[in-house]
Amino acid sequence: MAVTVKRNPGDIIFFSLTAVASCTIIVFIVGIVFVLLTESSLAIQKFGVIQFLTSTEWDPVKETFGALTSIYGTIVTTALSLLIAIPVALGIAIFITEVAPNFLRAPIGIAIELLAAIPSIIYGMWGLFTLSPLMGNTVEPFLKKATASIPLVSVLFQGTPMGIDVLTASVILSIMIIPFTASIARDAFNLTPAVVKESAYALGTTKWEVVKNIVIPYSKLGVFGGILFSLGRALGETMAVAFVLGNNHRIFTSLFDSAATITVTLANEFTEADKDIYLSSLFYLALVLFVMSFVFLAIAKFFLLRAERRYSR
Amino acid sequence: MRKFFKIAAILACVVSFSPAQAAEKLNGAGASFPYPVYSAWAFDYHKATGVQLNYQSIGSGGGIRQITERTVDFGASDAPLTPDALAKAKLLQFPAVIGGVVPVVNIAGVKPGEMRLDAEASAKIFLGEIKYWDDGKIRALNPKLKLAHTEITVVHRSDGSGTTAVFTEYLNAVSPDWKAKVGSGTAVKWPVGIGGKGNEGVANYVQRTANSIGYVEFAYAEQNKLTYTLLKNAAGTYVTPSFAAFEDAADTGTFDPKNHFYLWLVNAPGKDSWPIAGATFILLAQEKMDANRKVVKFYDWAFKNGDAKAKELVYVPLPKSLKDKIRAYWKANGAQ
Repeated sequence: MAVTVKRNPGDIIFFSLTAVASCTIIVFIVGIVFVLLTESSLAIQKFGVIQFLTSTEWDPVKETFGALTSIYGTIVTTALSLLIAIPVALGIAIFITEVAPNFLRAPIGIAIELLAAIPSIIYGMWGLFTLSPLMGNTVEPFLKKATASIPLVSVLFQGTPMGIDVLTASVILSIMIIPFTASIARDAFNLTPAVVKESAYALGTTKWEVVKNIVIPYSKLGVFGGILFSLGRALGETMAVAFVLGNNHRIFTSLFDSAATITVTLANEFTEADKDIYLSSLFYLALVLFVMSFVFLAIAKFFLLRAERRYSR
Repeated sequence: MRKFFKIAAILACVVSFSPAQAAEKLNGAGASFPYPVYSAWAFDYHKATGVQLNYQSIGSGGGIRQITERTVDFGASDAPLTPDALAKAKLLQFPAVIGGVVPVVNIAGVKPGEMRLDAEASAKIFLGEIKYWDDGKIRALNPKLKLAHTEITVVHRSDGSGTTAVFTEYLNAVSPDWKAKVGSGTAVKWPVGIGGKGNEGVANYVQRTANSIGYVEFAYAEQNKLTYTLLKNAAGTYVTPSFAAFEDAADTGTFDPKNHFYLWLVNAPGKDSWPIAGATFILLAQEKMDANRKVVKFYDWAFKNGDAKAKELVYVPLPKSLKDKIRAYWKANGAQ
């Protein structure tokens, strides 16, 4: 409802300053979309939308560009990293909110937030020099041996393990998004009314039952939103995976294959893209990623809003 | 309080404007490969003359775009622009320094300089047609080496780079098969292999992957003590990558001022020439006489005083004959 405020100059200045500050955000978003569209217009004209999204050809020499290999790589690494990260992150969140003794909660919480604050280039360097040899020499040969006799699964672990592949990239990504997912899940769990939990304990339920029947149903939507936010982060992550994915444009079936994601392609090829259509196609790829992230984040926001509304009722 | 702000604002203006008037400044942008030597030269030049040179290594593609849009005093590119492209963007071009690309391998028992390769074998390995180190072709070139039946892992660059441009240009020049199937450029569609980001990425993967082969800039092979191979050049000699071999290539390569020195320095005809080398180029805007004179003054100074520094950083200085050609080119275009 509208309240009439006596206008004094200070208020007007204050109002306009904050309004201008907020408008810059919208200006930035519109500006980014505008630049992406104009810069990629050459590629949009040449390849169209459907052809660009479905072609697996990425050949700078012949100047034919298609985004499917990059989109495929982006989706697979993101999905795989979520698969690894979600159980761990939920475990962490449950431990901190329900299980851990009080003196442990703060240190673990701080450690998680610190992990989230590490710049991604550091994950990238660590991935290249430490994780990738470890994966290539130990983890991947073991996986290959362990799955060799299982018919369908063994397809996923074919080829020579190098440590520069989809699996290593997904592991790094998952380590990056665990703190993110865990802290949102923790906040969602904390929204569970203490009265309800205490009533359950009073009825003689165990911790596991409280988590399973009270906390998780209460915070489902919040956790789901958190997962989607992490997904958005994994989609756009660049430097952590640029070093260990190999930027290889092909549709892969084995997790030991090197691949390309949209961000990895951009990071690797942007500086030396010397032809107009090449550069324009890279901008086109960026536009595709922008739309993908936008859609995922919009869905995430939708779920979080619904969750909030439910609890505030 | 207000007074204080006013004074502070005036002071800030004075402070920020005064050095801009005092010192002369040149802005350049482009290739990352020559960045270390350009900045070393710029540092010495500043000490000697007081002129500041600010070079941003944003990549060749960016360098070409920035000089085309005239936002910098000079651009730098690892790949030479064709005379047509130069005419279209109204640019001048000359080489500044030379670098070489060296194949490196990691095979148990093979020491630096022991493995011999020729053009055909290199092209077939990178095409994925030679798959094992004991392939008849490789054994014929290396009768003395004991080569096991192990699979070859090819390591290439994952990022677009001048190094890749020079290397694929070489394969293009020596193998019609390569030219038809892959071609040349800063980034290509590799038939086989894994990609490492940057020279350091390729060096790292080759060092830790047994039975691998990759290509890096000469400086990286030197500094990381990688196992470089010998290559058979156009004259039929097996050459070791060295300053002398690169200089020989630069000497016998036919840089032509009429074409704005457009030349890929691959497969040079000299008897002792290393076959995979490349000059890195400076681009100037034709009409910006004033800026050009200043940039040219810097490179003239570097040609006179910078050879030792370049060698220290494992770059190959231009041979004297080429420097003279470039000076004549500057004069002809009114830049000196």
